[in-house]
Amino acid sequence: MLEVMKQLKTGLVLLLLLSILTGIVYPAVVTGIAQLVFPWHANGSLIWKNDKIIGSELIGQFFSDDKYFWGRPSATTPYPYNAESSSGSNYGPLNPDYLTAVKNRLNQLHQSNPNAGMEVPVDMVTTSASGLDPEISPLAAVYQVSRIAEARKISKDQIMKLVEANIQHRLWGVIGEPRVNILQLNLALDAADRGANQ
Amino acid sequence: MTANGTFQIVLYLVVLIALVKPLGWYMARVYEGKLRTPILRHIETFTYRLAGVSPDSEMNWKRYLSAMLLFNLLGMMILYALARLQLHLPFNPQHFSAVAPDLAFNTATSFATNTNWQAYAGESTLSYLTQMLGLTVQNFLSAATGMALLIAMIRGLVRQETTNLGNFWVDMVRGTLYVLIPLSLIFSLVLVSQGVIQNLAPYKTASLIATVKYEQAKLDDAGQVIKDSHDVPVMEAKVVTEQVIPMGPVASQIAIKQLGTNGGGFFNVNSAHPFENPTPLTNFLEMLAILLIPAALCYTFGMMVRDTKQGWVILFAMLFIYVPLTIGTISIEQSGNPALSKLGISQAAMPNISPGGNMEGKETRFGIVNSAIWATATTATSNGSVNTMLDSFMPLSGLVPLWLMQLGEVVFGGVGSGLSGMLIFIILTVFIAGLMVGRTPEYLGKKIEPYEMKMASFTVLIMPLVVLVMTAVAVVTHVGINSISNPGTHGYSEILYAFSSLTNNNGSAFAGLNANTPFYNIWGGIAILIGRYWYAIPTLAIAGSLARKKAIPSGAGTLPTNTFLFLVLLIGVVIVVGALTFFPALALGPIVEQLTLWNQYGS
Repeated sequence: MLEVMKQLKTGLVLLLLLSILTGIVYPAVVTGIAQLVFPWHANGSLIWKNDKIIGSELIGQFFSDDKYFWGRPSATTPYPYNAESSSGSNYGPLNPDYLTAVKNRLNQLHQSNPNAGMEVPVDMVTTSASGLDPEISPLAAVYQVSRIAEARKISKDQIMKLVEANIQHRLWGVIGEPRVNILQLNLALDAADRGANQ
Repeated sequence: MTANGTFQIVLYLVVLIALVKPLGWYMARVYEGKLRTPILRHIETFTYRLAGVSPDSEMNWKRYLSAMLLFNLLGMMILYALARLQLHLPFNPQHFSAVAPDLAFNTATSFATNTNWQAYAGESTLSYLTQMLGLTVQNFLSAATGMALLIAMIRGLVRQETTNLGNFWVDMVRGTLYVLIPLSLIFSLVLVSQGVIQNLAPYKTASLIATVKYEQAKLDDAGQVIKDSHDVPVMEAKVVTEQVIPMGPVASQIAIKQLGTNGGGFFNVNSAHPFENPTPLTNFLEMLAILLIPAALCYTFGMMVRDTKQGWVILFAMLFIYVPLTIGTISIEQSGNPALSKLGISQAAMPNISPGGNMEGKETRFGIVNSAIWATATTATSNGSVNTMLDSFMPLSGLVPLWLMQLGEVVFGGVGSGLSGMLIFIILTVFIAGLMVGRTPEYLGKKIEPYEMKMASFTVLIMPLVVLVMTAVAVVTHVGINSISNPGTHGYSEILYAFSSLTNNNGSAFAGLNANTPFYNIWGGIAILIGRYWYAIPTLAIAGSLARKKAIPSGAGTLPTNTFLFLVLLIGVVIVVGALTFFPALALGPIVEQLTLWNQYGS
């Protein structure tokens, strides 16, 4: 019995000490260093405009207006790109609901962009894993150029230049996938458009 | 597979293998108590003094086991209490209410056993305190427990004519202090530099450039859907002008979640969330962290048994199972969904502009290659984090992670627990080889006798039994099938996946399954507990029995276990046992689904 009590005490004290070490000291040290050395990154890579937060570079936003680049379809509820509730669709590859959703997105893309002149890239009709994917493939951006050019009445070449300037390449040419950040591209698009109208 | 895909796999494996020896060597020094680092050494002695541990007194296998069980039980209770009381505790800026009892039970068992199954959505359920003092702590301690188990097993093989297997408290403290904390500290800071958040601030609100308009069913004051005279829900238009951006101490938890093969995320979508895994670099480093310790422990094993070749043989046996399955998964996902090709959707990979392939449930920055490597790495190990939605994988590529778990989490497996599981398979292998040539089987000079064989059979047989029985119960009850999200055979796969993952302490999911129900929380919690301890108990019993034996010098009849021949034999046993037990169950799920797909859309 004495043996059991002794082991219980040892277990409790060790658990307490290790909890303080790994659950309080460790996160506190990481937070402290992070806030000192990488404050912008540690606080969500936020984009500010006129003293207001307009989003995070890393969290996608929903765009459905013809004059903006659209991001990946999002499966968050109750509305797309709800950052309080990240979620994928979890549709199986043969789920009839999935295939219907893809067909609906496809129709919408065809209708809004009849002069695309190319097949619809797969990332424009499939939901991302997080529902918050901030990026699309360069191909998906190129696909949307003619729609935006018509909506904004600016030349395709000008928009293509913006797309190219915003492509993030693979790390060291190897790791990851090339991509375009939708929020940054749309902000650049607004800025260029404003500049042209002045 | 694309040229870039090949290159990414090769780079991954080369960096991994290069790190095995230095880290493996370091861990062997740590567990043999030969390390002299000034500051950590002081913390270590101080801890022992406070807790009343005499580091030189050793335990037999029963005391080692009881210390481990006690420690895990206490951890579970504290985590349960934290989740239940979080509303009344500090660091809860979003004022999340108490976690429901069944969900708190499930989460506590799951994190204390290194399973890290997520039935909750972190960003809308758990306070920062619960995440740090509850989950992060158990991420460390469950990993250190797994490593301690392995070290005890190795001591059983190395020592002779003794009952001592070491001191659980000492192994626990050393693993945490010298291995897990330093690695996590460095890793979490690298993650922050890439954009993984680390703060204690309340959630931020952003004003959107473009508003979001949507319709949702109107609710009355009691929260019920209002319906019109035709029983159709009345819809109301809503406009969203703001985006609430979650915050929290994420990086410190993600670092240990990957290093300790834990896998429970801060957010609902786990490592697919941009705040957990923002760039290809974080993804690469996290993938590395997932396999790092399980792979390096093979070298630690080799050092501790004084024959590093023994360790390399095990590591390469693991790699020979892992690499082909990874390549297969990438190829299947890369060829896309034939149901979509028929609609005129471009799924072909185009160098430098489009990843192509089956992109449903995948993030753009990871594409096909990094999603597939991740899926196999996290299920080969018992990590179970996801950067892609496995439920949306093609049938045969979804089968790969499922089957990797069903192999018993021995291909890398959990930190420590994976390699000790592999040692059980080695015992089986030498026994089978012994039967073939009619000699007494032995491993590293220790005779394998009926007692060890009985215990080894226990550990190997209990897992499939639990998985299959629990799946069977779930598919014939309403509470089981009501959680399914996909129709047909895929729904069955969701359940089979859930119990394979829970029992093997993996934690990944075909996440369409609604796991936050009392049935899955409690039934699943039981699967977790059996999976972890029914395997840990006989493993330690074998270690205790082996330690008592005298080593016999190898003779002409000894099967050398550090050769290529043995490697092939070991792979054969692991695969045959895993394939034979689960083939019928797999045939009803992913295999039927693949045949349906071919039938409807061609290959």
